[in-house]
Amino acid sequence: MSDLAAVALTGVDVAFRLAGGGVYTAVERATLTVADGEFVAIVGPTGCGKSTLLNIAAGLLAPAAGRVDIFGAPLTALNRQAGYLFQADALFPWKTALENVAIGLETAGTPQAEARARAQQWLTRVGLGSFGDRYPHMLSGGQRKRVGLAQVLIRDPKILLMDEPFGPLDAQTRQIMGNLLLDLWNADRKAVLFVTHDLEEAIALSDRVVIMSAGPAARVIGDWKVPLARPRDISEVKLDPAFHDLHRDIWHMLKAEVIKGYAQTEGA
Amino acid sequence: MMRRFNLIVLQILVAVVSIALWYALSSYPVFGRILLPPFFFSNPVDVAAQVIDWFAGGVIWKHLWVTLIESILAFVLGSIGGVLVGFWFARQPRTAAVFDPYVKMVNALPRVVLAPIFTLWLGLGIWSKVALGVTLVFFIVFFNVYQGVKEVSPTVLANARMLGMSERQLMRHVYWPSALSWMFSSLHTSVGFAVVGAVVGEYLGSAAGLGYLIQQAEGVFDVAGVFAGMFVLAAFVIAIDTIVSLIEKRLLVWRPEVGEARP
Repeated sequence: MSDLAAVALTGVDVAFRLAGGGVYTAVERATLTVADGEFVAIVGPTGCGKSTLLNIAAGLLAPAAGRVDIFGAPLTALNRQAGYLFQADALFPWKTALENVAIGLETAGTPQAEARARAQQWLTRVGLGSFGDRYPHMLSGGQRKRVGLAQVLIRDPKILLMDEPFGPLDAQTRQIMGNLLLDLWNADRKAVLFVTHDLEEAIALSDRVVIMSAGPAARVIGDWKVPLARPRDISEVKLDPAFHDLHRDIWHMLKAEVIKGYAQTEGA
Repeated sequence: MMRRFNLIVLQILVAVVSIALWYALSSYPVFGRILLPPFFFSNPVDVAAQVIDWFAGGVIWKHLWVTLIESILAFVLGSIGGVLVGFWFARQPRTAAVFDPYVKMVNALPRVVLAPIFTLWLGLGIWSKVALGVTLVFFIVFFNVYQGVKEVSPTVLANARMLGMSERQLMRHVYWPSALSWMFSSLHTSVGFAVVGAVVGEYLGSAAGLGYLIQQAEGVFDVAGVFAGMFVLAAFVIAIDTIVSLIEKRLLVWRPEVGEARP
């Protein structure tokens, strides 16, 4: 593991030009680091620009001001060391599950037969070994997320960016997916930046929880270490007293922001 | 099962009643008048006899073949053109913006008026009909491919880039399948228009084809021939449409359901 931070955002501003002229500042002076092998969750009210920060770290979006460093090197183009699991469905609907997983290797020049064989192994690892020939629309929401996870992880990225990946799933499936993610992550401890609006999920999964304020001009307003032992099981960890203490502390701060966020969306 | 059976019985009933009415009203006077004078409406027996005669004598095959070839050529050439230009415009917004008013202008033109020009340029053979069909097919395919490339989901596109795809790989794995899916969803419309182009072209001046057959019959006031031509044409289009449906089902297996043709 390297001493350099996997992701370091320093004083990052994100601004969008509005259609009617004028500028909307989504995120203001955000500073955030993710150490190599660290699992960091970003929590904040809806519309606070959490996803925007991920896009910055992915290099899909350029910040209006501030620095983005990936393992010590400034990020100027697409972040080649990152894998990105999107909130919305991002699988290629015209490819089967197997082809979807294999494509990340094929683009890098791996021969098709080898890419497919490894894709099959990955599908098995995420519990979909016999679903390789299904098209995305034939899979359930949770199964599609599993394929998405395999699609990203097969490339063995050093950094994993996840944007509310389990958001649309039901509670049971979320828990199962969370445990699957922790198992996979435990195997080789990538740096993870995990965006969610679910505080319980954030604490259960991560090493550190970062809280953002309500937008516009959202900021990082809190940073908590999660003192829970690993490996964890999500349903068990939620019974731990330390979990409850931390949840109470963070929620106390988050609640005010959530109310602020609601007031703004109501007003809009 | 029973419902399906009932449905088919009812469907057949509609045909039987219509034909019986047609026959009765064109053969027997009602209150001293024949409501459907055979000179204008012929009658089902004559029409059937004409159709049987064409098929028995083998005359029809040549005409069917000509119309089929014209339709296929119009479809293939129009599609190739539509795909190429659609891709080109979608990837080059400036070019698209420059040509936009002209594309709209040509598309606004009722294509039938081009038929005489094509006859003048390309003669009475199949190519003037192919050209007419191409002008119809091209725009449908063009608009759909253009839309297909433009409307690739931004998330899928971002995902593709994060998975390390180069511009060429994006083309092959993202834009191309998306454009094709839009094109296939308009397959019924574009194939239909290819046939329309062929038949209208034949009708306006040719030496063979279903349109020619109908036009010839009309020229000698052979109403039975006109109706017979119409029935053969309808059956021909239904047959082609069925084949298109089968092809579509195979090509779009990845789709949740095959939607209606988009405009």
